[in-house]
Amino acid sequence: MHLSSDGGRRYSGRVTKPDNDKATLTRRDLLHSAGIATGIALAAPITKLLAQAAPPAAPPIPLDATKVPGLPSGPLGERSPFEKPALAPLNVSTGATNTPHQRLRGTITPADLHFQRHHNGIALIDPAKYSLTVHGLVDRPLVFTLDDLKRFPSETHTYFIECSGNGRGAYRAPKPEMTPQDVDGLTSNSEWTGVRVSTLLRETGVRSNAGWVLAEGGDAAVLSRSVPLQKMLGDAMIAYAQNGEAVRSANGYPARLLLPGYEGNMNIKWLRRLKLIDQPNMSRDETVKYTDPLPDGTARQFSFVLDAKSLITSPAAPERLSAPGWRPVTGIAWTGRGRIAGVDVSVDGGVTWTAAELFGAVLPFAHTRFQHMWEWNGKPATLMSRARDETGAVQPTLAEYRRVRGPGTDYHFNAIRSWRVDTNGMVSFNG
Amino acid sequence: MADPRTRSVAISRSALGAAISVIVIINMTGCAQADGAQTAQRVPVYGLGHAPTAVEISALNIDANPAGVGLPAGQGTTATGETTYALKCAACHGPSGEGIGPNPKLIGTDPPAGFVFASDAKAPKTIGNYWPYATTLYDYLHRAMPLTAPGSLSPDEIYGLVAFLLSRNGIVPATMVVDAKSLPGIVMPARRYFVRDNRTGGRTFR
Repeated sequence: MHLSSDGGRRYSGRVTKPDNDKATLTRRDLLHSAGIATGIALAAPITKLLAQAAPPAAPPIPLDATKVPGLPSGPLGERSPFEKPALAPLNVSTGATNTPHQRLRGTITPADLHFQRHHNGIALIDPAKYSLTVHGLVDRPLVFTLDDLKRFPSETHTYFIECSGNGRGAYRAPKPEMTPQDVDGLTSNSEWTGVRVSTLLRETGVRSNAGWVLAEGGDAAVLSRSVPLQKMLGDAMIAYAQNGEAVRSANGYPARLLLPGYEGNMNIKWLRRLKLIDQPNMSRDETVKYTDPLPDGTARQFSFVLDAKSLITSPAAPERLSAPGWRPVTGIAWTGRGRIAGVDVSVDGGVTWTAAELFGAVLPFAHTRFQHMWEWNGKPATLMSRARDETGAVQPTLAEYRRVRGPGTDYHFNAIRSWRVDTNGMVSFNG
Repeated sequence: MADPRTRSVAISRSALGAAISVIVIINMTGCAQADGAQTAQRVPVYGLGHAPTAVEISALNIDANPAGVGLPAGQGTTATGETTYALKCAACHGPSGEGIGPNPKLIGTDPPAGFVFASDAKAPKTIGNYWPYATTLYDYLHRAMPLTAPGSLSPDEIYGLVAFLLSRNGIVPATMVVDAKSLPGIVMPARRYFVRDNRTGGRTFR
């Protein structure tokens, strides 16, 4: 997988600006902007500056926002010009692009920053022509239009989706400059609205010899996975809304499968077909890919559920701590087996651990934010987080993970990550 | 009128009971019982959706499974597949199936040490050493390849490519005719290494 040291920096100038955008807005920018915004006569040195300056990036920034009228509203609520979070890497059509977790707070991932993993690009589908066909071992094969799907009773849930390849680069080839985005940017958390699959299966009926459901996408990869019928009759849903609006194209517009806690690849985007079958189809993505070679010389198949995991999002590279003193060690934790029970934080490389504070109501199959207040004494420190879930699962150390899964294993990378803080405040990824 | 979700309970308790019993069976065994007792006489609750025609279903019904269900008529051999491969595959996967850049290597029985992928991240997984089912080749090539023109290969072209790829991986003789009948019978070398997930949560990390 291609990983950039930081999405913002890598594409500086073309796509986005560096993380420290704030610092790059100079006095000259501010003066210039003030002139444009107000149109008032300016003192000579300032007009001189204006004449020399290149056209500013819109919108202008006034010197004092209380002294000039603000901007009128537009069709979309834009981000502040000081905030330019970006997915990275870009221009990926058969690969992955990562969520910039170092730029996010709280638990919900903005829809346009949701990670993307494509197998042959982003499908663009006219919702008027969209349909979902349910057939196979059913009593009544049925085709549902998008309007049909929206006429069923809907549900709204907050669920994370994580690519089971998340963390591969950090495991196989860790680099000090890796950011949370590079390390574990293939997990995102959204509020999803849609209809339960079981509601549709009630309409079609289910034959007694059905045991699996082949879910298939309408993209150029026609991606397909076999899903246990049991999951489909449980919490599986077909989502047509994400964070309160239509699902974004890159995330499966107009409708996608949502399998809480199951590896991302199974949450089929642009869902066009559900076929009830008796045995798994043994699709490419459930045999050749998304299987886990183990040190005992086997390959684990149908490893659907994501293991308990956590990620510190601050302090983390490329952050530099401004001064010793108090600050939160904060991040996200999640598990494919339900709720996070707790997150422990260590600031001494795993010698001692302290239970962190969990934010708000801990939701099942969702990112949970944690926080541990830490007083940095200016000396080198190694920060770690360790998730525990309600089944008693504990995130393994890197050594334990390596021993159990092997250095060459391919998916489900949930070892404890660590971050090194140097005396100069620089934070780097430490494996 | 009441929401059909609650109305159905009042009107059709027996039907709902049957539905629940089917679900319970499935939950207990992980797969439904093929007991021949077709008890799920559930009726549609909302009556949404429409019945597809047979033509509409067949246009979508492209999957093929290890038993060979879904494989169409047609056939191919290593000779026909070699021509198709050179024309439509070699540009991305290399003239000898060696892989180019991110496009995977297709041919190769290495590593000689055996199924060592967990200890050697660099060992390339190929059709010869990692694909557990031969029918997956048909299913995948049909739906997704070539990347620039997915879904464009004819059944004869795909059967030929499958024959070519399998024979070059030393799995079938170059003279073999691959078709809907012969393909499901091919046993892949890596099949024996695949095991079901044994993780269950809890304190033990597997």
